Amino acid sequence: MQSSWVPFVPPSASTLSGKVDALYFYLSGVTIFFTLLISGVLIFFVIKYRRRNPYEIPRPVAGSLKLETLWSVIPFIIAMTMFAWGAQIFFEQSRPPSNAVEVYVVGKQWMWKIQHTTGQREINELHVPVGRKIKLVMGTEDVIHDFFIPAFRIKADVVPGRYTTLWFEATKAGRYHLFCAEYCGMNHSGMIGSVVVMEPKDFDEWLSGSSSQQSPAIAGQQIYETLGCASCHGPTGEGGRGPALAGVFGRQVFLNNGQNIKADEAYIRESVVNPQAKLVAGFGPIMPTFQGQVSEEQLMQILAFIKSLQNQTPEPVRAASPMPAPSGMPSVAPSVAPPPAATPGTDR
Amino acid sequence: METFVPPVPSRINYINAQYGLKSWLLTKDHKRIALLYLGSISFFFFIGGLYAMAIRLELLTPQADLLQSATYNKVFTQHGIIMVFFFLIPSIPATLGNFLVPMMIGAKDLAFPRINLLSWYIYLLGGIVTIYALLAGGVDTGWTFYTPFSTTFSNSYVVATGLGIFINGFSSILTGLNFIVTIHTMRAPGMTWFRLPLFIWAHYATSLIMILGTPVIAITILLLAFERVAHIGIFDPAVGGDPVLFQHLFWFYSHPAVYIMVLPGMGIISELIANFSRKNIFGYSFVAFSSLAIAVFGFLVWGHHLFVASQSVYAGMIFSFLSFAVAIPSAIKVFNWTATLYKGSISYDTPMLYALGFIGLFTIGGMTGLFLAALAVDVHVSDTYFVVAHFHYIMVGGTLLAYLGGLHYWWPKITGRMYPEGWGKFSALVVFIGFNLTFLPQFLLGYMGMPRRYHVYPAEFQVLHVLSTAGASILGVGLLIPLVYLMWSMRYGRIAPGNPWNLPGLEWRTQSPPPTENFDYTPVVTWEAYEFAPPEETEVVGKFQDKVPEKA
Repeated sequence: MQSSWVPFVPPSASTLSGKVDALYFYLSGVTIFFTLLISGVLIFFVIKYRRRNPYEIPRPVAGSLKLETLWSVIPFIIAMTMFAWGAQIFFEQSRPPSNAVEVYVVGKQWMWKIQHTTGQREINELHVPVGRKIKLVMGTEDVIHDFFIPAFRIKADVVPGRYTTLWFEATKAGRYHLFCAEYCGMNHSGMIGSVVVMEPKDFDEWLSGSSSQQSPAIAGQQIYETLGCASCHGPTGEGGRGPALAGVFGRQVFLNNGQNIKADEAYIRESVVNPQAKLVAGFGPIMPTFQGQVSEEQLMQILAFIKSLQNQTPEPVRAASPMPAPSGMPSVAPSVAPPPAATPGTDR
Repeated sequence: METFVPPVPSRINYINAQYGLKSWLLTKDHKRIALLYLGSISFFFFIGGLYAMAIRLELLTPQADLLQSATYNKVFTQHGIIMVFFFLIPSIPATLGNFLVPMMIGAKDLAFPRINLLSWYIYLLGGIVTIYALLAGGVDTGWTFYTPFSTTFSNSYVVATGLGIFINGFSSILTGLNFIVTIHTMRAPGMTWFRLPLFIWAHYATSLIMILGTPVIAITILLLAFERVAHIGIFDPAVGGDPVLFQHLFWFYSHPAVYIMVLPGMGIISELIANFSRKNIFGYSFVAFSSLAIAVFGFLVWGHHLFVASQSVYAGMIFSFLSFAVAIPSAIKVFNWTATLYKGSISYDTPMLYALGFIGLFTIGGMTGLFLAALAVDVHVSDTYFVVAHFHYIMVGGTLLAYLGGLHYWWPKITGRMYPEGWGKFSALVVFIGFNLTFLPQFLLGYMGMPRRYHVYPAEFQVLHVLSTAGASILGVGLLIPLVYLMWSMRYGRIAPGNPWNLPGLEWRTQSPPPTENFDYTPVVTWEAYEFAPPEETEVVGKFQDKVPEKA
């Protein structure tokens, strides 16, 4: 492990970690100051006003509204600086940048299964490059786990039935701890691994080194065809008896109850496992549930496939759109999809 | 100065008034029930302590040597369940509170003596069911019972343990109910609300949480059991439920439960600080109302346990703000205790040493709570040893030290015997050192990234774990010493006078141990709380002082 110049602080290897450390040092400083202040005053009083004879009775001292106000307001103000600082970093950390490269993470008792958009699979290891923004889209097959990278100062639960996300930008090459931080049963403390941060050149080499694997988008397309999704949503997601999927990700969807919803990861997941929950306006409740027929990993692959349809002509999702010409098919070709994976390579 | 001459001691007291097992098991005397509780919670504390030692020994090395995964998971789960539900929550209210609430307000007993006895039997039943679950095979869900692990995946005795906790909750509710009615209706003539000792205010606030919060954990555990047995789908997303809903319900009780543990401790500290410096408490009404403020605001901060549990960002911000706000009443207490010492006549008796230790440790415990309320830092340290260290500072450094301080303070009243002062001071020091050595390293471990509930860990964490285990051994010794000398003193201790500390409180104006009716005649209160000298002598000190309160 790398060590930091401050003792008892884990290695600092993301753009976030320095910010969290700064707040931590501020909190520690205030804590040490008040602990010393109070114990100092306490010890001073205890010695100065020690009982000198067993019969002495000190004069009572009147309370003081001014003092009470003073020692309520000052701590409150200090507390608010901590609140605002903590909330500001948290807010920034909770919104993944739109240009982040996605990596799919599935937790299960007791391992982390990870897949890159280019198809590489890893177990209990996550390879990432220095200097690129990475967004983890995470799910779980069984209980709640928690993806925790101390060197990046980030952590998030993975929750059954939901997707959670984390994002980071690593700053320093090295091998760092990956822990499951939410108790998940017998081998909880064995659900550990490493995050390997590499220089972009090394990372690209690593990525191309094991190219035999299928990208999640392609795998998703195969599942899409096997499960018969294409018969209603169209082979390229252009729609039909079911709403169009091409271009839907990240857009507003009109529901038949009059509401609007953003088609994010959670919505698409829900529409597969519980399709009747939020029907698109103009469509009937005809889709069967795929709960139990697709694993969490397959769900993520379907998600990756639907995201890969983004570069198709966006169709209004209010109603079924006419079928495009069959020649539209090759646009889902592996070379084009998935777009997020293509961008980072051009950065450097 | 008033002279505090206790009434002529009659030789009959609550202990020797009746003999025989039946006279104890069917007693309606709040003092005897307090002793029944004292015996039973001490038993559970001992069991919980054994689990703690097993945990610390296992953590000496980075590998699993003493305990394997399955056993270790049960050990830390059972440590938590026993300590939280069967020691910490009943500790001060059911023993010292039970004994002293009627005595301090000048009443003969609690309002509902039979319900008081019933509460002990319910506690006992809950304890027996839980012990059965532990003996039958134990439980491995963590004391937090998070779903869906507890409902679907765990193969341990979840329902039986839950049943034990469910039953036990009713004893807590009944105790709270009894205190509230007693404090409202049974105060002696002249004992107005603002003459009440702060111990009573703290118990009043605690009782509010007990009766408002405990039903929620009861319902939550019931839902958990139904989900596990009948799969009703409350917490399972596959059938429309939500596993995070459980965490909301669980912490809606379990965060306020922390205040059930620490508020009575704060009440004891107010007593000790005022009485052992022979001073009126500084800012009485601020200390009293801060207890109520903590009880009320404590119900609004549960979401800070869910900052990384996929709660919305905005909910996180609101809970973070409220968590910072709830720290202020605690800070007010600490400042007022410190100010009370100013120009006091401070003695160094054992209870006072515990009180001073409490203030130091509670300050650290409270301030490190701010780290956990600060969103970005909490993301890093939640579910790590930082959290473990923080809540042990509150529960052990706070509640346990206050409990020990209170136990020594009222020991002469309860037993009629003095404890050995030298041993008392020595063990207080050992406990203080052992405690800090155990839990200070855990803050560092937590920030370094050591997750909680791990018994196998990377080697770089070992040094701090060894320090922590060394501290735990010292702490263990420090807790065994009082166990020995307190039991010894019940038989061989020096006979205690009615008022060994020379104090004005009502409980000291009767013999030690008190008669069954507490007082030979109903006391009439004509003095303020902690009135050592007449209020006319009140000193106005410093430029900050307001005018002297005029007293009738």
